[in-house]
Amino acid sequence: RHPQHHPSDALLVGYGAGGLGEGLSLAVALHLAACPECRAALADIQAVGGALLDDLPPEPLERLTLADTLARLDREGCAAPPRRRCRPEEAGTPDLLRPYIGSLAAVPWQRLAPGVRRAELLPRTARGGCAQLLRIAPGTALPHHGHGGLELTLVLAGSFSDELGRYVAGDIAEADGDVRHQPIADSHEECLCLIATEAPLRFTGLMGRLMQPFIGL
Amino acid sequence: AAPDDGADPMSCALVAVAQRGDREAFARLFAHFAPRVKSYMLKLGAPPQRAEDLAQDTMLAVWRKAALFDPAKAEAATWVFTIARNLRIDGLRRERHPEVSDEALAEHEDDRPRADALMDGAQRATRLRGALRDLTPEQAQVVHLSFFADLAHPAIAERLNLPLGTVKSRLRLAMGKIRKALGDES
Ligand SMILES: [Zn+2]
Ligand SMILES: [Zn+2]
Repeated sequence: RHPQHHPSDALLVGYGAGGLGEGLSLAVALHLAACPECRAALADIQAVGGALLDDLPPEPLERLTLADTLARLDREGCAAPPRRRCRPEEAGTPDLLRPYIGSLAAVPWQRLAPGVRRAELLPRTARGGCAQLLRIAPGTALPHHGHGGLELTLVLAGSFSDELGRYVAGDIAEADGDVRHQPIADSHEECLCLIATEAPLRFTGLMGRLMQPFIGL
Repeated sequence: AAPDDGADPMSCALVAVAQRGDREAFARLFAHFAPRVKSYMLKLGAPPQRAEDLAQDTMLAVWRKAALFDPAKAEAATWVFTIARNLRIDGLRRERHPEVSDEALAEHEDDRPRADALMDGAQRATRLRGALRDLTPEQAQVVHLSFFADLAHPAIAERLNLPLGTVKSRLRLAMGKIRKALGDES
């Protein structure tokens, strides 16, 4: 089964061009791992990047030379650095998450509210982005909120619903300034998702304002 | 496979580096790409010396990773662009660009281009450049800013003082034209 909820073209272009922060890029990459259609779209976007690079006016080199570059290859070695192989106990954790958490089984969860636990993946960067994992117990609703910037939710397991649709593993929900919503874990299974934002969320309602300092979104 | 007449010379040079460690071929890649990667880095805000360092790092990675280049999947320029993009994010922004690994993708047969649908590389490049020329000035502007301003679309909308929806629809229309030209429209 392929995902039904895809990133917008604007978001895929941002990913392919390298203009998204790391947390947003991680959410998009997790979707790409599950979605051949978006991988094909990304290949076209990267081809645009190649064509734009090719068409740039060549900038004369001042100190950089071919001879020095070849000398560095001779000195430092020509081979690509070996790829890290995953350890067997990490099976079940998506490859893309391993640099951040090692194994999902070893994540230190922090209780946030009844039925909601979170673990930080990426602390807030200079650009205002951050990413975290949330575990939402069946039937639990997050506070109703709006968005000061982009918010991406990528479902890793289970499912959730909001005003815009129902999202299962591999689906990505893209919320921006125009969207207000209230996600609810809507099956008998716990919902595990990655939430990446690039600017602080604006919570509404008393529950939301109380939660904001804790949730750290 | 032996390069045929329509093949892109830079892609042929990359294959020669991968297969034989061909230094002449690398010199051609260097002459073409190093000044353009420097130009890319300067556009994205690197100071001149840093731009040259990142251009050199890009060319070192081009040599070291040449065996991973698959001319059936992408043009050389596309492949060099992704290397330069990642080194720029790592070097200038101190972040990573998370990507699906080639090993993970090797399991998906559906990523292989179908032989009957595959345009040759030179034809794809020509059509892509035609599609880029056919963009309206407004579409071309948001595409260029996406690649050269290190901004996501909400920040582009802010910079251009446009509604976010306008920037998103310009990018959607631009990508629609490009997908159509490349025959990838579903
Ligand atoms: Zn998709
Ligand atoms: Zn939200």
